Amino acid sequence: MTMRKENGGRSVEEKLIRVRVKFFAAPRQALGTDEIDLDIAVGSTVKDLIRVLRDRYPVLESYTRFLNVAVNRAYVGMQTELHDGDEVACLPPVGGG
Amino acid sequence: MKLFEITTAPLSVDDVVARLARPSIGAVTTFVGVVRGETDGRETQRLEYEAYPEMAEEQLQRIGGEIRRRWPTIRQVAIVHRIGHLQIGETIVVIAVSSPHRQETFAATHYAIDRLKEIVPIWKKEVWKNGEAWRSEQTESKRAQEQEERE
Repeated sequence: MTMRKENGGRSVEEKLIRVRVKFFAAPRQALGTDEIDLDIAVGSTVKDLIRVLRDRYPVLESYTRFLNVAVNRAYVGMQTELHDGDEVACLPPVGGG
Repeated sequence: MKLFEITTAPLSVDDVVARLARPSIGAVTTFVGVVRGETDGRETQRLEYEAYPEMAEEQLQRIGGEIRRRWPTIRQVAIVHRIGHLQIGETIVVIAVSSPHRQETFAATHYAIDRLKEIVPIWKKEVWKNGEAWRSEQTESKRAQEQEERE
């Protein structure tokens, strides 16, 4: 997917990928939805995505600090690069049992 | 029958133990988690559990694998966790660990519930008469430390 951007009269194409972001528990409740499809720049990491989410949804701010993240159902680090079609889960501290 | 399951249906300990039935088995140790009526002196009305079910079942399976590597005498592990609205006294989770002999089943069962509370994406909301809160046993400092290590 690409998005046209006007840049000093010159049209450039910024490549985007689309990821599906899933929310649970407190941040899900605060956000009022459990899933968002998001277009982000090619090469974005988990950390970049968290930044985009925080900017776009300020209500998430207080939850992002202790968030664990899973990509396609496996825990990953913040520097993990995302790819088109990834399912990214924002996991607040778990409380099973 | 699934050994690692997230379900909205009421749990039966017998049903989970039966999933491990084998002629070679001489011991099954179980842990049963039940909804308690109070926490920190506050009366609980109910607990609401939610999960990331596909990932949670994979993480439960991972715990089973970890146990069998740590305690090779353990034959099988079953962990079934309920989600949805649970009332006082209802069963939240059943863990069953089987082996030809009893010795290592106790430590393995203990490990399973501790690990579940660490890595399985399940969340719990406590609901009282005049409020509610999402609860996790993970301490803030530990989470902060993990966050640092990832960055």
